[in-house]
Amino acid sequence: MRRLRERAIESILFLAAASSVLVTIGIVGILVTESLPFFSHVSFKEFITDTEWTPLFENAHYGILPLLCGTFLSTMIALVVAIPLGTVAAAFLSEYIRPSYREVLKPILELLAAVPTVVYGYFALLFVTPLLQKVIPSLGGFNVLSAGIVIGVMIVPYVSSLSEDAMRSVPSHLREASFAVGASRMQTAFRVVIPAAFSGITSAYILGISRALGETMVVAIAAGMQPNLTLNPTEPAATITAFIVQVSLGDLPHGSIGYQSIYVAGLSLLVLTLCFNIVGLWLRKRFQEKE
Amino acid sequence: MEVSETQTVAGRNAANSTEDILANIKRRQLWDFIFAVVGMLSLLFALVTLLTLIIDLAMTGVPRINFDFFTNFPSRFADRAGILSAWVGSFCIMLTTAFCAIPLGIAAGVYLEEYAKKNWVSQIIELNIINLAGIPSITYGLMALGLFVYKLKLGQSILTAGLTLGLLVLPIIIVTTREAIRSIPNTIREASYAMGASKWQTIRHHILPYSSGGILTGVIISLSRAIGETAPLITIGALTFIAFLPTPPVEGHFPFLNFKWLMDPFTVMPIQMFNWLSRPQAEFHVNAAATGVVLLVMTLIMNGGAIYLRSRFRKKMKW
Repeated sequence: MRRLRERAIESILFLAAASSVLVTIGIVGILVTESLPFFSHVSFKEFITDTEWTPLFENAHYGILPLLCGTFLSTMIALVVAIPLGTVAAAFLSEYIRPSYREVLKPILELLAAVPTVVYGYFALLFVTPLLQKVIPSLGGFNVLSAGIVIGVMIVPYVSSLSEDAMRSVPSHLREASFAVGASRMQTAFRVVIPAAFSGITSAYILGISRALGETMVVAIAAGMQPNLTLNPTEPAATITAFIVQVSLGDLPHGSIGYQSIYVAGLSLLVLTLCFNIVGLWLRKRFQEKE
Repeated sequence: MEVSETQTVAGRNAANSTEDILANIKRRQLWDFIFAVVGMLSLLFALVTLLTLIIDLAMTGVPRINFDFFTNFPSRFADRAGILSAWVGSFCIMLTTAFCAIPLGIAAGVYLEEYAKKNWVSQIIELNIINLAGIPSITYGLMALGLFVYKLKLGQSILTAGLTLGLLVLPIIIVTTREAIRSIPNTIREASYAMGASKWQTIRHHILPYSSGGILTGVIISLSRAIGETAPLITIGALTFIAFLPTPPVEGHFPFLNFKWLMDPFTVMPIQMFNWLSRPQAEFHVNAAATGVVLLVMTLIMNGGAIYLRSRFRKKMKW
């Protein structure tokens, strides 16, 4: 009787753990099946080469390039902000500062990631953009630049927190050896600790990249939601995620081409994120073998 | 003569190299100092940005917050608009999310930490959870639109929204539950088995109570994440203008409780804020700021609570 009960409980718990796999299957399955009909309307060649994305217009064009362009642009700007800031902050927290201060500062830094993204959107639209307009007078009300910068600040904790964990787990005898041959703190940080922690730092970067790629509300609010094939960050643009929001706000009938187009966009985003995660996994393996 | 000359040269060389070394040390100390300043500045930059954001939002939003703001429905007139339907919606959805994600997440965490053998099944589950945490939240919304709204015909309801956010925060709860359980030393388990307890009894009476602090931290963090999440709810078709409340859950006749509210349409605070923010009039931006203040205060309180809990349990639990 008791054994039976134990077995039953174990099975229930196993089902709970396995449900996470079901979620993944659900996400991939729905995204694929709902976007397949799209390609009976639009050839794959048109999808990846057309330079316009106007699926809801009378004269519809279905080229994913403008959306990809906007997504890459905002992600790039975010990374230019987040990677130096996050890495330096992590090195500072792990190598320079007293542990008691670190215990206070690190959670405060992590609060940056807890702020709702719609609040960041407000900040980008009504604080950062007017501020930037004082420096660049030609900047429009909607632009990728301020959205990118704000996303960058938002993902600093994702980069710094994981990097700091990785740096701190570098065994202290490596540091002591470096100090013993006369290296300074900074030399130790850059030539010993950071290379030794590189696999962990890489996965922090990858997490930051996938956050920036998938970030939705900031770009939907501050970047202008206009699919635009440009690499000029002062112009408005739309990202994949912003497009999904824009279409979802309207009343879209199930099975229409607009409905299918958001699944195609979502699938592209998923493939993009997956690629980065695989590259990250591969990089991590490579650096681990080197050690 | 020659000897003394070589001596002076050697002496000069020695002096030179001492100076060199001293200069070298000076230079490195300077660089060390510069790096410390740069590190401090980059940390400060992040913290100052956070502070600026809070102050900017508060200065615009706080004057707008009064009792009516919480008890009024949204309106065409900015000064009469309130967030009643939004905060009630947020509350109902949090309840649904908590109800589906917490038991599932804790059960999964317990299984992976206490039962799972090192085989390919558990490895797939583990890899999968890492991957799920990296998937953009908006794809959860697309999945929910296709699966819950159209395939299962749950409609654009509170139930759909709660389930969506529940699945979204599931990885957070699983990961924190596992961390909390992992920190419990094996001696506790062995002691329990030695008294003749079964595996489940050990978990039920020892592992879960001792890890409750860590689990609670994860639950609070996941709920604070869910309350600010906007994109997946917009995707499933949340309305942006709702001027009625969900069906009350309590009624005067048998069976006194009803779950009709689960099938009602909804809006939530972040969507209300987004809606006001996307209007051109500045008066609505003030309303957006006020909603932002409410949201920010809630997330900061929840996260602060989680940080406090974590540090308290870490100090208290010395094995």
